[in-house]
Amino acid sequence: MNPLVLWFHKLGSPPLFDRFAARWARWGYGLGLLVMAWGIYGALFVVPPHSEQLDGFRIFYIHVPSAWMSLAVFALMAIYSAIALVWRIKLCEILAMACAPIGAGFTLITLATGSIWGKPMWGTWWEWDPRLTTELILLFLYLGVIGLYHAIDDRRNAARAAGLLAIVGVALLPVIRYSVVWWNSLHQGSTINMFGQSHMDASMLPPLIWMLIGTKLWFVGALLSRARADNLRRESGKAWVAELVAGKRA
Amino acid sequence: MSAPARSQATPTTPAANVTVVAPGLIGAARALIARDLRLLWRRRGDALQPALFALLMVALFALALGGDHAALAKVAAGVLWLACLLAGLLALDSLFRGDAEDGSLEQWMLAPVPLGWLVAVRTFTHWATTSLPLLIAAPVLGELLYLPREQLPVLLLSLALGTPVLSLLGAVVAALTVGMRRSGILVALLALPLYVPVLVFGAGSVARAAQGLDPVGGLLLLAAILAVTLLLAPLAAAAAIRIALN
Repeated sequence: MNPLVLWFHKLGSPPLFDRFAARWARWGYGLGLLVMAWGIYGALFVVPPHSEQLDGFRIFYIHVPSAWMSLAVFALMAIYSAIALVWRIKLCEILAMACAPIGAGFTLITLATGSIWGKPMWGTWWEWDPRLTTELILLFLYLGVIGLYHAIDDRRNAARAAGLLAIVGVALLPVIRYSVVWWNSLHQGSTINMFGQSHMDASMLPPLIWMLIGTKLWFVGALLSRARADNLRRESGKAWVAELVAGKRA
Repeated sequence: MSAPARSQATPTTPAANVTVVAPGLIGAARALIARDLRLLWRRRGDALQPALFALLMVALFALALGGDHAALAKVAAGVLWLACLLAGLLALDSLFRGDAEDGSLEQWMLAPVPLGWLVAVRTFTHWATTSLPLLIAAPVLGELLYLPREQLPVLLLSLALGTPVLSLLGAVVAALTVGMRRSGILVALLALPLYVPVLVFGAGSVARAAQGLDPVGGLLLLAAILAVTLLLAPLAAAAAIRIALN
């Protein structure tokens, strides 16, 4: 067998995944924090103030990457769920369910930073604008997935049911992505142009890119360590977990 | 598709050499609808509850707003939409639960017709018994809320397009929670986020009509959502039932 395919198949085994996740979660967190620190430094000290919003726009360097992640994590969760439903790979169920709390966190950060930015710029903490509303629904969908996963006793059935909900919820992603475009005709005014390329000067871009890369690396770390914990919990009766724990104690 | 000589409902002995002719899609649907309607008729009081709930909700809104005609007329369409939505939501938990408890759902899975088809038929019955009466009652309820008469056609059309979507999405959620002993508030928690787009387009198109704008865009989007959910929701609900009864 092709060594890469073989490695991929082996990774589905819980003990091997545990070792893999233990090693790479640290790298994900470490590199992610490093890159994000670099991005934050650039965003706070290198980029000049915006012509109209002055320093207020700097919150976008947190807001935009987390908004991006809130959608990407949901899509990834749905992909893992689809794989888990079709091929019944246990690890994919674990990974899909590990995505949910992280994605919910990113969504919460997106809503909070958007709200903090909205107060001085729009003069209101919250506006029933399509983009904001759909992002809020996304948070509820994440919470629904988490809730369903914990409401069903059987772990594997729970992961599959919650995964199905995630797949159904994917229909919302294009609505969020294009809400700014679609509702322009319906919704006069209050259009958020934060994704517009034209509004971004080239000198403002590098920190944003660093932040985008950094959040992804950090996500890898968070995903692996969450999945590792769930994996250990599910396998808690097995001998290799007992050995692992005994080795830690010794 | 036409029902080929349906086998009589009482197979006497499952002898090996007796060939039982499986019912076709239409035959199965007819049998399921007849059974559901008969069950509903046996407890007519319960069947009235969604409509009663909607009526009570309208009354509570009128009381909460102090019977102010102008204020009521302004929110009437939204309130009626919410009343229909919540009435359907309350009936969701019972969509598959009774069948799951008495083992009928397992029979559905073993039936010679696709599970998705049976789910679709059951969902249709749910819509016809909870949303359709409200749709018929909507002119009266609208009158209670001083709904401007010219908004009524748009409201009825948006409800006619939107409420089947609510039932179909609700069927997915009900199927997801059918394995739990008590789903309680979780059904609402899972269903309401999925309902939001329908509510936005449905109530939104009436609001646009009230402002003298063209409501067709929202209605067309509702129709598109209905077409997509009509195709996919029964399949998703069937998959959820398979997971729940695994």
